[in-house]
Order: sequence, then structure tokens, then C-alpha cells
Amino acid sequence: MATNPMHQFNVYRIGPEIKLGQIDISFTNASLFMVISSITILLVFNLGSKKNSLIPNKMQLLAELSYTFISKMISDTAGSKAKPYFSFIFSIFMFVLFCNMFGMIPYSFTVTSHIIVTFVLASFIFIGVTIIGFIKHGLGYLKLFVPSGVPLVLMPLIVVIEIISYLSRPISLSVRLFANMMAGHTMMKVFGGFVISLGIVGGWLPLSFSVALTGLEILVAFLQAYVFAILTCIYLNDALNLHH
Amino acid sequence: MIKKIFFYLVFLSFLTLKEAFASGNSGMPQLNPEFWISQIFWLTLTFGILYILLSKLILPKISKNLEIRKSQILENIEAAEKQREESEQKIKEYDKIINNNKIEAKNYFNQNRAKILKDINKKKENLENQINAEINKAEIEIQDFKNKAPEKIYKIAIETSADLINQLIGIKINNSSISAIVEDVSKKKYKLL
Repeated sequence: MATNPMHQFNVYRIGPEIKLGQIDISFTNASLFMVISSITILLVFNLGSKKNSLIPNKMQLLAELSYTFISKMISDTAGSKAKPYFSFIFSIFMFVLFCNMFGMIPYSFTVTSHIIVTFVLASFIFIGVTIIGFIKHGLGYLKLFVPSGVPLVLMPLIVVIEIISYLSRPISLSVRLFANMMAGHTMMKVFGGFVISLGIVGGWLPLSFSVALTGLEILVAFLQAYVFAILTCIYLNDALNLHH
Repeated sequence: MIKKIFFYLVFLSFLTLKEAFASGNSGMPQLNPEFWISQIFWLTLTFGILYILLSKLILPKISKNLEIRKSQILENIEAAEKQREESEQKIKEYDKIINNNKIEAKNYFNQNRAKILKDINKKKENLENQINAEINKAEIEIQDFKNKAPEKIYKIAIETSADLINQLIGIKINNSSISAIVEDVSKKKYKLL
């Protein structure tokens, strides 16, 4: 069972079964890591914002660097109009980043390697962005599907393609994160299994692979969180600045 | 050779892994909907709390800190600029004072030099005048002596001739006659000279 690389993605109940009517909302290992990630984020940023010294200490520097990093990312991709959504994008980025990073700890659980979690996050974003778009532009937001400068003959086709691409946003957003995390962790587990099965003689090659993969996976963990956040910004930009 | 063995072993382990895959419950746990609702519920709960706490408590604090730091740094830079300007002004003033003082000192020096030179010249003149006067006096005296010398010589000559005559012949002769003779002789001598 331990050699099954998919075993690490199993969700199991921790503690008693909690039922809300007919619905099972038991606390699981996934929930545990969501809570751990959230608490860690809150602790880190609470520590980082507690004292305000002119020359920041390490925690403060970390918090302020992340703050300026994300605020710069938002203003670069979505402009100044996106400022009210800063804290949402900040929370999304930090949540995904910390969940990915906690997944890198051996024997831990990667929350973002589950399609349902990433899909729900992407749906939040998709629904939110769509609502913002309709509030800002009314029905004019539908112009998003009618790019300017397209010949009339092609218009029906283009509109259909645009609608499909718009509707597939939450799927692409969620599958990208989920597939990256799952593939990376599966690969690490497979190579870890090789180390054991090849033993002391042949295990060194997959071990070195495993070490390299760990570095790569940490990079991917950061990169996917960044991509998730920047795509959110781009979608938000479409909703705020309609310039198709 | 070692590489070959490595790859062979890797291949072997692949075979055993396939068996493991086949024997374990295949499929992805992600697609098992047993805990989907629970995950959605906990995700919404934790992310909601995280979002609320971050946006209401922590992020405003960080942005305030950043703004305070920015304004503080700007203020400090301004203050530094001001102080720099002040110090430059002071350096200019200092230079000015030093230059002025230098010029003043030079002036004093020159004035005093001129004064002292004047004094020295005056004193020199005075001294020269005095010296000249004294030289004149001395010259007059010398001239006096010179003028008086023939008379004295006369007297001496008369006296000595009188003495000589007295000792040679033992006769006392009137001074006036001797003097006449001496005059005569000396006149002849002068004439000869």
C-alpha cells in the first residue's frame, strides 16, 4: 500500500463524523491542512505587521515584501481599478502558496492536489469576476464575447469560441493547479519508491532524482500559486477594463 | 557498465511497481466524491475566515506601516536635505569670515609694516642728523685744534729754545726776542715748504 503513489492523496476522517442534516462535513486531513495553512498565514502576517519599525525585522520584511509583490502584480496586470480586490487576491495567493508548500513536507497532505478544492477556488473567482463585470458594465459586459475588428462572417464562430473560452476559465484554472500538484507529488512518490525497491546498490540514482525533484516541486509550488493569482488578476482586468 | 545495471534495475522496479499499482485500489482518490462536500465546506470556512481576518485586520496594518515608513523616509530625506543646505550655507559663511579675516590680517600687517618702516626711517634720519651734527662738531674741533696748533708749536718752540739756550750757554734770554727769531725761522721754513 505504501508503494502506491496515489495513496498520499487519500482523504480520511479525523475525529468523529460530523453531519449537517444529511450532509457529511467531517473534519478530514484535508481540512486539517487548510486550517494549518490559514493559521500559519495569519500568524506570519500578524507577526509581520505587529511592530512598525523604520528598519523592518525579518518577519516584517517578509510581510511587507509579499504585500508589495502582490500589490505590484495587481497594478501591473489589472490597473489601479483592481485595488479594492487586493485583499482577496492576496488571500488567494497566500492560501494556495501555503497549501502547496505544506504539501512539500513529507507525510503531509496537499490540499491543492484535489480537483474539488481548486475547482471551488476557481469558481469563487469565476463567479466573482463575472458578477463584478456585470455590475461595472451591465449588459455591456457581454461585449467581451464580441471582439472588435472581426469580420461579420466570422462573428458567430468567434462569439461561440469566446463564450467557450470564458466558460472554460474555471476549469483550466483549477485543473492547472490540481494537475501540477498531483503530478509532482506522484512523481516524487514514484522516485521515492524506486529508492526503496532498488536498495543500497541502485537507489542512489532515483534518490538524486528525488532531491532534484524536491527543489523543482518547491519552485512549482510557488509558481502555481503565482500563476493562479496572476490569472485571477487577468480575469479581473477583463471585468474591470472592458477593452475588447 | 554501472549505468547499464542502473537502468536495468530501474526497469525491474517499474515492473514491480506496476504490480503494486494493480494490486492496490487503483484510481485517483481525488475523484472519489465521498469527502467533496466536507472539503468544500472546510475550504469555504477556512478561506472565508482567512480572507476576513487578512482584509480587516492584517493587510490594513501592513499598508499603514508601509505608508508611515514612506512618509517617514520622505520626511527624513527632506530634513536631511534641509540640514545639508544649512550646512552648506554655514560653510559658505565660514569661508567668507575666514577670507575677510585673512584680508584684515593682511591689511593690519601691511599697515603695521608701513608704520614701522616709517618709524625706522624717522629714527634713522634722526640718528644720521645727530651723527652728522656730531661729526661737524668734531670736525670744527679738529679744525680748531689745527688752527691752534702752530701757536702752541710756537710756544713750545720758544720754551724749548729758551731752555736749550739756557742749558747750552747759561744765559737767560728774553722770550720776546726768541719768539721773534722762531717766527723768522718758521716763516723761512714755511716759505721753503
